[in-house]
Amino acid sequence: MASTEIMTVNMGPQHPSTHGVLRLVVELDGEVIQKITPHIGYLHRGVEKLSEHRTYHQTLPLTDRLDYLAPMSNNLGYVLAVEKLLGIEIPERAQTVRVILTELTRLKSHLVWIACHALDIGAMTVFIYAFREREKVMSLYEKISGARMTSSYFRIGGLSADVYDGFEKDVQEIVDTFPGHFDTYEGLLTKNTIWMQRTIGNGVISAEDAINYGITGPALRGSGVDWDLRRDNPYSGYEKYNFQVPVGKNCDTYDRYKVRLVEMREAVKIIKQALDSLKPGPVLANAPQVCYPPKEEVYNTIEGLIHHFKIASEGFPVPEGEVYQSVENPKGELGYYIVSDGGTKPYRMRIRPPSFVNLGAIEKMAKGAMIADLVAVIGTLDIVLGEIDR
Amino acid sequence: MTNMAENNRAVIGLKGKFASSLLEIKEFRGEVTVTVKKEDIIAICKYLKEELGYNMLTDVTAVDYYGKTPRFMLVYNLYSIPAKDRIRIKAPVDESDTSIASATCLWNSANFLEREVFDLFGINFTGHPDLRRILMADDWVGHPLRKDYPLQGPGREPYKGRLS
Repeated sequence: MASTEIMTVNMGPQHPSTHGVLRLVVELDGEVIQKITPHIGYLHRGVEKLSEHRTYHQTLPLTDRLDYLAPMSNNLGYVLAVEKLLGIEIPERAQTVRVILTELTRLKSHLVWIACHALDIGAMTVFIYAFREREKVMSLYEKISGARMTSSYFRIGGLSADVYDGFEKDVQEIVDTFPGHFDTYEGLLTKNTIWMQRTIGNGVISAEDAINYGITGPALRGSGVDWDLRRDNPYSGYEKYNFQVPVGKNCDTYDRYKVRLVEMREAVKIIKQALDSLKPGPVLANAPQVCYPPKEEVYNTIEGLIHHFKIASEGFPVPEGEVYQSVENPKGELGYYIVSDGGTKPYRMRIRPPSFVNLGAIEKMAKGAMIADLVAVIGTLDIVLGEIDR
Repeated sequence: MTNMAENNRAVIGLKGKFASSLLEIKEFRGEVTVTVKKEDIIAICKYLKEELGYNMLTDVTAVDYYGKTPRFMLVYNLYSIPAKDRIRIKAPVDESDTSIASATCLWNSANFLEREVFDLFGINFTGHPDLRRILMADDWVGHPLRKDYPLQGPGREPYKGRLS
C-alpha cells in the first residue's frame, strides 16, 4: 500500500473564491480535507474600539462598512439598538421605508451570493445576470442616499430625509420585474446536473450541530430549523407583513440555495405589502434632543443652526443601561450590544456578526470533503469579511 | 427589580437552583440580565441549556470597567429557539485572575467567540481547546478593547484633532 502524507495547502487571503481576505490553511490527505484552520483579521479596523470614541450619530457610518453588501441592514440594527436605549418611538412612515429598504438590501445581498456562489462552482452566466439586477438596487440606493454602497441613510429616530419623488415607482418596477429574473436563475441552476452534483450532499450540517455552532440566518434554515427573527422577535413592524419562512430538509448546500431563493421571492412580497401600506407622514421622531433638525431650519434660522451644531458637536446623552438588539440580516442574526454609562458616546458597543459565528462551522461542514467542495462550502456560508474582521 | 424580571422563567429557575450564586437581577427595556459568580458560570449555562431550552449561545463578549473592581464583566447572550426568548448572563472577572471556565464544553460557537474575547480583552478561558488570537496578529502585544489601551495604538502620540 502506498504511504500517504498529509499536505498543508494555504488558500487565501488573495483567492477569488474566498469572498474577501479569508485565509484557510487546509490539511489534505490526497484531495480529502482533514483539517481547516481559518485565519482572519486582515480587515480588522477596530470598529468596536472606534465607536467608544465617537458620538452615537458618528458611529452610524461605521456600521455600513461591516457587511458591505448589506449596509442598510447593518444601519437598521444599530439605530434600533440606540432607539431601544433611548426609548423613543419611530413614525410609521419611517418604519415602513426602513422595511422596504432592508428587504431591497436582502435582495441585493442575496444577488451577490447567488452570483458568486454560482461563479465559484462554474456557472458564469448567473453571475452576469445577478449583477445586472443588483445594479437596479444600487441605482435606487444612489438616488435615495447619494451613495451606492455606504449609504448611512437611516438615522437614530428615523430617516435622514424623506424618499425622493418617484421612489414608489422605482420600487414598484423592482417588485414587478424581479420574480421573473429569479425564474431565470432557477432555470439556469435548479435542475442543472452539474449544479446538483456539486451542491447536493455538500456541506451537510445537522440542525442540532447548526444550533450548537451558533449558525443563524438562511444557513440555519437550510438545516431545517424554522426560525426567523423577523417573524419570531419582530422589529420595525415586521409583524404586519405576511411572509413565509422557507426551511430546508437535507441540510446541504442545495437546500440552502433553495432557501435563499425562496427568501428572495418572499422579500419581494414584503416590499410589495410595505409599498402598499406606505402613507405620507413624518420620517423623523419628535425627539429634538436626539434628531437633527430639518435642513430648511438649519439654513434659515439661527435656532436651527445652533440645534444642528449642538447635536453634531456634542451628541446627545443616552440613559445608563445596556441593550441587545438583533436583526435578521441577509447573512444571519446581526446583534448590537450597547452599554451606555449615561454619556454621549457608547461605553461599549459589541457587534455580534453573523458571518463570524457561521465561519466557525466551516471545518465541521467541509471535513472529509474534497478540496474543490470547500469552495462550495465557503459560497453557501455566504460570508463577508468586512463583518467578520470588523 | 421589577415584575418582569421576577416572572422571567430563567430567573425563577435560577433562583430555585443557584440562589447563592446570583449577584444581581436587572431588567432594562424588557431585557433581563442576571449577574452570577464566575465559578458557577458553566453549571448555570448547562442548566439553562439543558433544562430550560436556551439552546443557542448567541454571543460572548466582555466589558472593561476600568478603574473598578472587579474590572471585567463577561457577557453571555443566550437564546432559546423553542421559546424564542433571550436571557443575558453576566459574570464578573477581576484583573488579578482573568480566568474563567470556557463554555466550549457546551457550545461549539463559544470557540470563536471566546477566542475573540481572549484576543481583545485578555480573558483566559480555561479548558478552551484552541485559545489563540483571532483578529489581531499572533505576535501582537496588548489587548485593544481594554480601556487603558490607547485608540491610536501603543507608543503613539494621541490624536489632538486637525491643526489646520
